[in-house]
Amino acid sequence: MSRRPYNRPMSKTTWYMRNSRYKVYVLRELTSFLVAFYSFLTIAALAALASDSAEVWNGFLASQQSTGMVIFHGLALLYFLFYQTFPWFKLAPKAMPIQLGEKKLPDIFIIFGHYVAWVVASAIIFWLAGVI
Amino acid sequence: MDTRQIELEILRYDPEKDDEPYFQTYSVPCLEDWVILDAINYVKDNLDTTLAYRWSCHMMVCGSCGMMVNGEPSLTCKTFVRNLPDKVRIEPLENFPIERDLVVVLDDVMQKLHQVQPYIIRKDDPPEGKEHIQSRGALAKFKQLTMCINCMCCYAACPQYGLDKNFIGPAALALAHRYNRDSRDQGKSDRLDILADHDGVWACSFVGACSEVCPKDVDPAAALQQMKIDGAMEFWKQKLGMPGDKS
Repeated sequence: MSRRPYNRPMSKTTWYMRNSRYKVYVLRELTSFLVAFYSFLTIAALAALASDSAEVWNGFLASQQSTGMVIFHGLALLYFLFYQTFPWFKLAPKAMPIQLGEKKLPDIFIIFGHYVAWVVASAIIFWLAGVI
Repeated sequence: MDTRQIELEILRYDPEKDDEPYFQTYSVPCLEDWVILDAINYVKDNLDTTLAYRWSCHMMVCGSCGMMVNGEPSLTCKTFVRNLPDKVRIEPLENFPIERDLVVVLDDVMQKLHQVQPYIIRKDDPPEGKEHIQSRGALAKFKQLTMCINCMCCYAACPQYGLDKNFIGPAALALAHRYNRDSRDQGKSDRLDILADHDGVWACSFVGACSEVCPKDVDPAAALQQMKIDGAMEFWKQKLGMPGDKS
């Protein structure tokens, strides 16, 4: 009787096609490209601002207001909401459980707390930007 | 009693004869209350005595009968036939070498479980003739993690472990977290190096599949994220010169 275990290695290139769980995960992780894009956009905005030229700054603002860019920002927002914000807020109670005596604080409080913090942070940014 | 005929496609592999595994189909008359393990036992008892698989308790305690059922890591004693289609594919747990038929080689995870020092480590002895007192609140901090039966469904679900066998993996890391959270334990610093290592908690990218397939609701994914937070806190404590676990 000899041992001859058979290996079924996971494909390095197509593993995420195995089930819907992996696909959703990869879609979530792909939002990192958008994060990178917005990082570059912020740098571009700062560069336009640092140029000390109203023309350059207004040019940057105008570039973001074209129909194509508005559609892109809208789609990016939806993608972020559905593959970053909502899933991560839902997972937050797992990473940060709060225990009160023998009982755990119900997840809904932690999730709701995140949404409240999000709204407050957004309101501060809108206020600073002079929108509200 | 009424029976329902289902086709069981079982992956077979005989290391002494086969170059690679193949599927063999069995037609099994299943009763309404049968789980997949019953159907496999029927095959073994009535159709094919050569089929090799592990099982023992048939009641979600021993953790031996984990297999892939229609691609999903499942404890076969908990997976009811009535919830499945007429054709069911049974394979050995993914991400493990196949020893024979549905039996996988578990040497790697056994070594990993051992590696995280899953026992209470004390730096001092309890007072003579006394036991360590633990409050219910302190127990509640880790009780869920003690439910693990080492069925290894989480390893079969984890793409990180599938792609990189050096990753310590969900069950072993959750087990380490169980002891780190135990108020009687003083071994957190002993476990820190291995947990904070490249192949420890930081190799987890939070796919979350381990927790979704766990038949005992242990939630290893949550444990791993908590360990990341603990590890980060420890890092900053050291940076800021505050007393930490690793002193």
